[in-house]
Amino acid sequence: MALSTDSAMTSPVANPMIPVPWRVQKARRETRDTFTLTLRPANGEPLPAFAPGQFNMLYLFGVGEVAISISGDPADQENLVHTIRAVGTVTRPMQRLKRGAVLGVRGPFGSPWPVEEAEGNDVVIVAGGLGLAPLRPALYRLLAHRQQYGRIVLLYGARTPRDLLYQRSLDQWQTRSGIEVAYTVDAAAEDWRGNVGVVTTLISKARFDPVHTTAMICGPEVMMRYVIMELEKLGVTDENIFISMERNMKCAIGFCGHCQFGPTFVCKDGPVFRYDRIEPFFKLRGV
Amino acid sequence: MAEESNNLPSVTYTLEREHLHQLFDVLTGKGYRLLGPAVRDGAIVYDELTAPSDLPVGWTDEQDGGRYRLKKRADDAVFGFVVGPHSWKKFLHPPALRLWQLRREGDGFTVIQEEAESPKYAFIGVRACELHAIAIQDKVFLESKYIDPMYKIRREGCFIVAVNCGQAGGTCFCVSMNTGPRATSGFDLALTEAMEGERHYFVVEVGSPAGADALSEISHRESQADEETTAERIVADTARQMGREMDATGIKELLYRNYEHPRWNDVASRCLTCANCTMVCPTCFCATVEDVTDLAGDTAERWRKWDSCFTLDFSYVHGGSVRATTKDRYRQWMTHKLATWFDQFGSSGCVGCGRCITWCPVAIDITEEVRAIRETESKKDSAGD
Ligand SMILES: Cc1cc2nc3c(=O)[nH]c(=O)nc-3n(C[C@H](O)[C@H](O)[C@H](O)COP(=O)(O)OP(=O)(O)OC[C@H]3O[C@@H](n4cnc5c(N)ncnc54)[C@H](O)[C@@H]3O)c2cc1C
Ligand code: SF4
Ligand code: SF4
Ligand code: FES
Repeated sequence: MALSTDSAMTSPVANPMIPVPWRVQKARRETRDTFTLTLRPANGEPLPAFAPGQFNMLYLFGVGEVAISISGDPADQENLVHTIRAVGTVTRPMQRLKRGAVLGVRGPFGSPWPVEEAEGNDVVIVAGGLGLAPLRPALYRLLAHRQQYGRIVLLYGARTPRDLLYQRSLDQWQTRSGIEVAYTVDAAAEDWRGNVGVVTTLISKARFDPVHTTAMICGPEVMMRYVIMELEKLGVTDENIFISMERNMKCAIGFCGHCQFGPTFVCKDGPVFRYDRIEPFFKLRGV
Repeated sequence: MAEESNNLPSVTYTLEREHLHQLFDVLTGKGYRLLGPAVRDGAIVYDELTAPSDLPVGWTDEQDGGRYRLKKRADDAVFGFVVGPHSWKKFLHPPALRLWQLRREGDGFTVIQEEAESPKYAFIGVRACELHAIAIQDKVFLESKYIDPMYKIRREGCFIVAVNCGQAGGTCFCVSMNTGPRATSGFDLALTEAMEGERHYFVVEVGSPAGADALSEISHRESQADEETTAERIVADTARQMGREMDATGIKELLYRNYEHPRWNDVASRCLTCANCTMVCPTCFCATVEDVTDLAGDTAERWRKWDSCFTLDFSYVHGGSVRATTKDRYRQWMTHKLATWFDQFGSSGCVGCGRCITWCPVAIDITEEVRAIRETESKKDSAGD
């Protein structure tokens, strides 16, 4: 039987599957395997508004498509910024892109960090490795509305000093922005004067009021597990903990099924989840 | 279901077997491409049809766990079988489909516009469980956050001739899932095939204006009371013959409580992760994409192909697969069908068609797996509480 045709179904919908061309404005090396691309629309289309925590699907002509978080400032009306680690078929050739090259973009997709809901609270941001990239837009937003928040704490862990992302910004934030920044590395040479150890060791030293804190966490799942345990121990409630999940993604629009995580689709229900809503599934392995 | 067999609409019509070809002619005349059951290589599959003689007249199927066999019937029944390895998803959500084509232009690219015309499918012989399966995929592709334009264009122009089952298969359990054996909605016309002595006819229900319109061009008359009674009895008899049964009460909660049940290890020791179950399932919708270029590298295409949660690649993220073991993957599949689907799309993802049981090479039986978990669950809880 033919479909019932209510207006939502018959109104012309832009095809959410087709990439739109964007041009590389700037390609910047961050670390030995990580780089940041600044993109502008190749066809003069306006930048779609995005919220901190959302991601795009980036397409390399003929090669393939990958999910990459937006890592730029949400207030920037001109540029779309992505920080990418070169790991495989698509991201390795992306590392070789120069200014002027064209990429396909679909998005933005997914759920945002609760930057507005966190107003009035202390905010604790915990990032592991590349997990800092999707958190950076949230930091920009917090800093732009600094007076709306209590204490802001950024705790960041990387493998080695050479893997620390956004070094310059880290130092600037630490000295000038009224946020407490602490970072640590898993391993370093003798001359490293900073912290060594996992990021969880920074939590108990940070100053914030656990009862009035919103926590935003992004990093490998094991790291997030330990961070959550540590925060819970201090009295941060699960409703105030937000984590960003990663799953294989082939469509970003709820059709391919690859990103399922328990009852959720990470692409459309996530990637940012309020922890209490997924807690039983997050505790299981192989889901 | 008692109430299922008692609520036939007040007016039904009778179409004589000898006039069935008129339905084919009328639909063909209206520009539809007719698709339906046909015998191919020892199975009843869905394929192009031109006339009723293309249907599996006089054939039936015998099905059990891991077993499917065609057999000649003693009569000339037109729809005297149940469902085979194909489902209608192969037309609405094709196994391989080009999503788009791009042409390189300068250092950028443009979209090669393609015609977006409805293929105007007429599905002949859609069973009640399959109507539910189609409605379930409608939810996935048309009623979620995004609309799939590829599915929409195939689905929108569809004409559906349902058939109420005159017998149940060895692996059927639509009664347990409340999806059959009677078609209650989602069709344009629904037929119940009746054979009494020399008489061979169909009792026809009209489900839409398009159905009424088609019927008006075919020789038919209002059914007599005894014909209606016969049709009701046939469907009621089918409901009593279900080859399988599944207690679906609180099924979502049951599985959410039992993510760590030892039965998952047991079934994992038998499952070959061959993915047959997901391919034959009429609701499984998962797909992957493949990006390709022509030799010169000037045109790029993206293809969408059916995929299965039983493969290791399916859940791969840098560093390894999330569902690394057979246990993880079987649990994902069955828990998706019978639990998480409710949270995602508001219904069960299983319609009780029995295909996954019949086509599993090692006869793993979803009804049996549920029973085993139900009967042996420790009251210790896990996810979803
Ligand atoms: C919501 C989301 C946000 C992300 N944000 C970023 C980001 O900001 N920066 C960044 O560098 N990476 C990010 N990733 C990971 C990134 O998508 C993968 O690194 C990328 O897909 C690898 O593709 P490849 O072809 O280069 O690698 P290959 O190893 O060749 O990929 C093989 C297959 O596995 C899939 N795959 C591999 N790793 C991942 C992964 N980690 N996540 C999902 N699918 C994967 C690929 O899509 C592909 O199907 C994000 C992933 C998700 C889901
Ligand atoms: S899970 Fe099995 S019985 Fe249920 S709809 Fe799919 S194939 Fe049919
Ligand atoms: S349950 Fe059976 S059909 Fe499904 S993947 Fe396992 S062996 Fe194959
Ligand atoms: S990425 Fe395809 S369903 Fe989420």
